[in-house]
Amino acid sequence: MWFLRINMKDRTHQLTEVPEKYKKLAGRSLTSNLIADEVPPLAHPLGPNNKLVFSPGFVTGTSAPSSSRISVGGKSPLTGGIKESNAGTPWAWKLGRMRIKALIVEGQPEDKGEFWGLVIGLDKETGQPTLEWFDATEFTGQDAYDVYPMVFKKFEGRRVSVCGIGMASEHAYGNAGVIFEDMSQNPSRFAGRGGLGSVMGSKGLKFILLDDAGAPGVEIADKELFDEGRKKLAAALNEHAITKPKGGLNTYGTAVLVNILNEAGGLPTRNFSRGRFENAAKIAGEAIFDGVKERLGEERYNHACSPGCIIRCSNTWYRKDKSEHVSCVEYESDWAFGANLEIDDLDTISELVKLCNGYGLDTIETGVTLGVAMEAGVLPFGDGEAAIEMVHKMGKGEPIGRILGSGTGTAGKILGVVRTPAVKGQGMPAYEPRAVKGIGITYATSTMGADHTAGYTIAPEILAVMDDLDPLSKEGKIALSRAFQATTAFIDTSGHCLFIAFAILDIASGYQGMIDEVNGVLGTKWTADDILELGTEVLRVERKFNEAAGIGKQADRIPEFMHTEPLPPHNVVFEIDEETLDKVYGEL
Amino acid sequence: MRVRVKLFATLGMYAPGGESAKPFVMEVDQGTRLNALLDKLDIPEESVRVKFVNGRARKWDYVLEPDDEVGLFPPIGGG
Repeated sequence: MWFLRINMKDRTHQLTEVPEKYKKLAGRSLTSNLIADEVPPLAHPLGPNNKLVFSPGFVTGTSAPSSSRISVGGKSPLTGGIKESNAGTPWAWKLGRMRIKALIVEGQPEDKGEFWGLVIGLDKETGQPTLEWFDATEFTGQDAYDVYPMVFKKFEGRRVSVCGIGMASEHAYGNAGVIFEDMSQNPSRFAGRGGLGSVMGSKGLKFILLDDAGAPGVEIADKELFDEGRKKLAAALNEHAITKPKGGLNTYGTAVLVNILNEAGGLPTRNFSRGRFENAAKIAGEAIFDGVKERLGEERYNHACSPGCIIRCSNTWYRKDKSEHVSCVEYESDWAFGANLEIDDLDTISELVKLCNGYGLDTIETGVTLGVAMEAGVLPFGDGEAAIEMVHKMGKGEPIGRILGSGTGTAGKILGVVRTPAVKGQGMPAYEPRAVKGIGITYATSTMGADHTAGYTIAPEILAVMDDLDPLSKEGKIALSRAFQATTAFIDTSGHCLFIAFAILDIASGYQGMIDEVNGVLGTKWTADDILELGTEVLRVERKFNEAAGIGKQADRIPEFMHTEPLPPHNVVFEIDEETLDKVYGEL
Repeated sequence: MRVRVKLFATLGMYAPGGESAKPFVMEVDQGTRLNALLDKLDIPEESVRVKFVNGRARKWDYVLEPDDEVGLFPPIGGG
């Protein structure tokens, strides 16, 4: 296993064995520990002292189901704190198979206009990673949907996977994702949140290509245990109604959540001013499934974003002429451009998703920032054409576009909007804290800023997965959010997609299967308590970094308007006080 | 009395028009419990995971009131 360090100051590199300290870490636990150990907490996120770390999870690159995740870590230009953002992509699978445990990008070129592409391959004789550089300047200033085919063409005949950045990152926005390819070589799988694309851009790095020819695959210490584990997990995923083939996610995609959040009165609408959108059904996962069926004349089930996925939740939207419009219209994107902006047209929403992918913008941050801009009167609510035009302005770096590209928190300040739904500067995802208390606690306290995936209490609060809790009650939610945040930190370390949680929280043998897989790979004897402790320790490390960066408990707060403005239809406020919120990390 | 019902995702097949999320009205007796709708609509109980009445998740023994809005969901997830 390798640590590969790239210094962008002079494009030199250093290849070492994995230091002892980091051998039992991977994915998020590794990116966060490396950032905490090596990046000064007060470093400027876009300066030479920040680092960008890529790490596949423990089982990424193996035959473990739904495990092709890549963690990307750094100090975030959006939140000013530590950031881990992850994506499912063939690129992750390859990095795992090439036995590169961490790819650490350091330094930056003295000339700000330089953009480089890097191809990492393997030496046929020694098996060691090799590096080739190419001048990527010619690929800047263009849509990723135009650029990616050119890059694949340039390396025709080689089995390369592409990670890159778009124009948003070239403009150094707080809203800029790292773009990975999907299974059809589209630039559509994002480590989207927190502006890590701009960290990559600040280093003059436009692409990292992986050529995994001759890759040895992941070393597995105890193959028998690993196989036992992956079979248990696969059985759980194949059995559970949400994750099984032709189940909820495979049929309707993640946007199946639109109707249930709307029914619960927790679907943020019109920039978080209501909990219900009267046209929710028109943009829901069911409408996507039916709309595709109508346009293509046949039912289409969803596909995988990356190799080895059983869940296969990625949908595709088609135009009236049956041509492919975009993949994938996720719940978050669908909501951010739909209910949040009062847009009820799937063609418009799909176009907005595609523009974000092409420019390298995070769809959540973009939609939430547009909601704030609409609140400020920069453009009208419900106006799809104006929204499309505004995203072009963001991508092209026009002055108003640069303001919006700075992210929800900053844009809200510049535009003077009180109703700015952000925590630590990061725009809130698609669940209303006032109507779903547990997720509000996660948004407030997560080391990542407002992030639903950091502790997805929606499972027991809305979906009746694992438990059946009242979303409007704050009872027991502090402990719930804390437990979910710790468990998630481990899942993000294992290399699995977070969606395995739906199956393994309900089916105990699936949960054990995940643990067996990891023990099989590492040769460890970790128990369920041990992995929870590992996850908790990741949170402690992240928290410590944030505090040293000046982001302490005073930043663990829900915006004031949510404490004072009752949210229809339940007419509730977020009533959890500061002292109670502080218990999440105070008692970690 | 009348209640308004919506069946979501795969449960849409049990709706009168076979459509998901489309509201329809049902006539039920006073004192009818939520689970009585299952028989009337021919929905197997195990295929329903979340039961909303007026935006609040309820149990099967919930006693319906006039003009209640019921929303039934199969197991679903996303993120």
